[in-house]
Amino acid sequence: MKKPITVTVNGVAHHDEVEPRLLLVHYIRDVLGLTGTHVGCETSICGACTVILEGQAAKSCTMFAVQADGESVTTIEGMAASGDLHPVQEGFWEQHGLQCGYCTPGMIMAAAQILDRNPDPTDAEIRHGLEGNLCRCTGYQHIVEAVQNAARKMKGQEATGD
Amino acid sequence: MAKYVGQRIKRTEDPRLIQGLGHYVDDIKLPDTLHVAFLRSMYAHAKIKSIDTSEAAHAPGVVAVYTGKDVAGKIGPVPCAAALPGLKIPHYPVLAGDHVTFVGHPIAAVVAIDKYAARDAIDLIMVDYEELPVVVDVEEAAKGGPLVYEEYGDNIAYKLTSGEGDIEAALAASDHVIKQRIVHQRLIPIAMEPRGVLARYYPGEKELTIWTSTQIPHLARTQLAIMLGVPENKVRVIAPEVGGGFGSKLNVYAEEGLVGWIAMQLGKPVKWIEGRRENFQSTIHGRGQIGYIEVGCKNDGTITGLRYNVFADMGAYLQLLTPAIPTLTGLMLSGCYKIPAIQMNVTAVFTNKMSTDAYRGAGRPEATQVIERAADLVAAELGMDPVEVRRKNFPEPTEFPFKTATGLFYDSGNYQGALDKALGMADYTKMREDQKKAREQGRIFGIGVSTYVEICAIGPSAATPAGGWESATVRIEPTGKVTILTGASPHGQGQETSFAQLAGDELGVDLNDVTVIHGDTSIVQYGIGTFGSRGTAVGGTAVFNALQKLKEKATQLAAHLLGVDASSVTFKEGRFSVEAAMAAAGGNGDSAKEASAPKTVSIQEVALAAHVAHQIPPGFEPGLSATNFFEPSNFTFPFGTHIVQVEIDRETGKIDIQRYVAVDDCGNVLNPMLVDGQVHGGIVQSIGQALYEEAVYDEQGQLVTGTLMDYAIPKAAMVPWMELDRTETPSPVNPMGVKGVGEAGTIGATPAIVGAIVDALSPFGVRHLDMPIKPEVVWRIISASA
Ligand code: FES
Ligand code: FES
Repeated sequence: MKKPITVTVNGVAHHDEVEPRLLLVHYIRDVLGLTGTHVGCETSICGACTVILEGQAAKSCTMFAVQADGESVTTIEGMAASGDLHPVQEGFWEQHGLQCGYCTPGMIMAAAQILDRNPDPTDAEIRHGLEGNLCRCTGYQHIVEAVQNAARKMKGQEATGD
Repeated sequence: MAKYVGQRIKRTEDPRLIQGLGHYVDDIKLPDTLHVAFLRSMYAHAKIKSIDTSEAAHAPGVVAVYTGKDVAGKIGPVPCAAALPGLKIPHYPVLAGDHVTFVGHPIAAVVAIDKYAARDAIDLIMVDYEELPVVVDVEEAAKGGPLVYEEYGDNIAYKLTSGEGDIEAALAASDHVIKQRIVHQRLIPIAMEPRGVLARYYPGEKELTIWTSTQIPHLARTQLAIMLGVPENKVRVIAPEVGGGFGSKLNVYAEEGLVGWIAMQLGKPVKWIEGRRENFQSTIHGRGQIGYIEVGCKNDGTITGLRYNVFADMGAYLQLLTPAIPTLTGLMLSGCYKIPAIQMNVTAVFTNKMSTDAYRGAGRPEATQVIERAADLVAAELGMDPVEVRRKNFPEPTEFPFKTATGLFYDSGNYQGALDKALGMADYTKMREDQKKAREQGRIFGIGVSTYVEICAIGPSAATPAGGWESATVRIEPTGKVTILTGASPHGQGQETSFAQLAGDELGVDLNDVTVIHGDTSIVQYGIGTFGSRGTAVGGTAVFNALQKLKEKATQLAAHLLGVDASSVTFKEGRFSVEAAMAAAGGNGDSAKEASAPKTVSIQEVALAAHVAHQIPPGFEPGLSATNFFEPSNFTFPFGTHIVQVEIDRETGKIDIQRYVAVDDCGNVLNPMLVDGQVHGGIVQSIGQALYEEAVYDEQGQLVTGTLMDYAIPKAAMVPWMELDRTETPSPVNPMGVKGVGEAGTIGATPAIVGAIVDALSPFGVRHLDMPIKPEVVWRIISASA
């Protein structure tokens, strides 16, 4: 029995009828066609599927699409206005925070949340904040540097912004 | 200094990846795609008495169900490309027939309109198994044990002896012979993107396209054409974005053949995306050796001989290179030392487990672990500093090419240089003083040193199963944009950038005007692929050579356009010019022509002229492209020194890596940022092996560590900050002097980490520990002495 849901993804409201067991990540990828959110385990360990749900980083393989009814989701595709890059995305690019890129969207979402909660994190705090995201390529060092790079940029932006 | 080569250039592949706009297999959506799910063997060893698929076939959304009977004789076996004397290669059906020999072998495939329906229907298939005795332990299997294949009469896949020198005499003449059993535990590669296959068949064109997450699109095309009986020129394999491989995608798998075949049967696109649990069970594993070291030495620390008797765990079947991996171990047993006699005796053994094959390092981490542990054992035996034992046995930089007793010629090296640099960075003398103080305070503190050499740029064709060359085409389009087609198949290494750097400098064009295409067998000339740290040293050299050829051709046309002889044209920063002296002196004397000729022409103008072809010299082939197939004359041998400092918590056995210093020498460097990234990733996979990771099968052959909850790959907070530097000893094997770096970290790191922990625990009488060294192991040692 399909259920009607309304989910706002990257600022656009989507109305769909979905099976109650459809995972949120499959809704995002297969129904909406936003394939930047990846699946690495479907068991809420790897973090490849991390999105921002109502302002909180969430693993979209661990919830059903129907649980997101009425809520708003930001995926990697919605991190910045089209054509621009979010400072965290820039940080990953500048510091070589990715190799194969598979973990990267999830990493970027998790990193954005770390900086949202703590604009000036230590390396250890960044590493702790990324506990839910696995990367098999980078050894994490450049990812930590990417997040620090983004932190510097975001502080700079705030300073000049007001 | 070059504008691009040698610089920290940001990667050109990143913008799409950081915005979620790349396309991995599962991101490619074709209309009317059907989805496949597999029922896999739940027993490690069993007869299949019957399979009942009738209920599944009628389940909602199910389109077809196939079992081994349906494909027998229609799809060829999963291929093994290795050839060794006396090698037994079991027939490896894509869907099991009446005999399963490991947990995870596909038994049935369900095709349905979506993946949920396919997975649901899997549960409706009834299989009647008759369990058979299981053999898991490699030494038990070698001795006899239950047989994986009755028809063979034993579990031995092959036996091989390699090495040179009189080992018996060498050991007999040694002052000391030290023996040590050593375990290289089975590992699971875990690329973050699991495998995935999408296939589409056009019956009119008779064209089968297979998108697959692979490191070897062309080799896969050849093998899949053979498996499916489709002409190779009607099979197109595309490796789109590939989310990591580490060797696990250097293979041809049952699912690739099956999904292609199903697409041909049903005339619709068919997709299978591997689940993580399937990835644990059914994608190749790595390592899996248990060996016995005998190392001989003199009282002054000179190593006189090394014997390594090893049981190599093949698993139940031989995948593409399974049996070849231990031979790489044999090649690298000399490490970076002068050892006159070396012998390896391999017994390769079938067990009821997933196949082993190439996992990052592929046989060389085992060799490095053997020889580096041996060097540490010699140091412990003689009471020498491990650094001194190493120094004592290094060849001098002037001794290269250096011949080993394993039959190799190391291309170039300066082992002392890398060691000295690392000792300086670590401040080794102070580290040892700190250790002394720490021990006086009752702390458990250790230092480990690994001086490694590895074999890269695989390799000369004579030494590889299916060609060891690589190909590249470079062309300049009429609008002046540069296209590089590489037979390498990068999947995270960043060669879209580093190859563009080469073209940028060689052709004097902007980096953003270069595009690098790889992974599509219909677009790119035949190639070998990315593995064995060959992407840059072999694939990059092909690009470099093609660029030189292209420049020669462009120079011919430029000279024609400039109205001079090619020898008077210079090329700099993208422009061909007539040398000032030539122009002033009136060139070749044809003054009317010279008066009207421009003095300089850009490479873009030459490209356009080459395509328009209105004004080309006689015999000039229109167009501007060049292809090179580069056959390396030797491997390359990167090396380095890693130094690790650990402190161990007495109460819990927790191991804290306090410092990690690495000096790696991979020859000349195209992009230091990418090299650092490769080294970081390699070291962390090694930390995984040293401290956390182990594929554990129980005695029934069930994979106990079958999820990311049970198999611990390192997380960000589990790994230390790495202090990196380099020395650069160019390789003479290729014109760029590069060596390769993809596996260096993985090969150099484990002995340094293990060495540090053993050193920390040496006051407790410890001389060796097998990996993974878990806190429990350490804690038991400490508490036993308390
Ligand atoms: S796919 Fe969701 S955490 Fe791995
Ligand atoms: S970049 Fe490959 S898994 Fe992180």
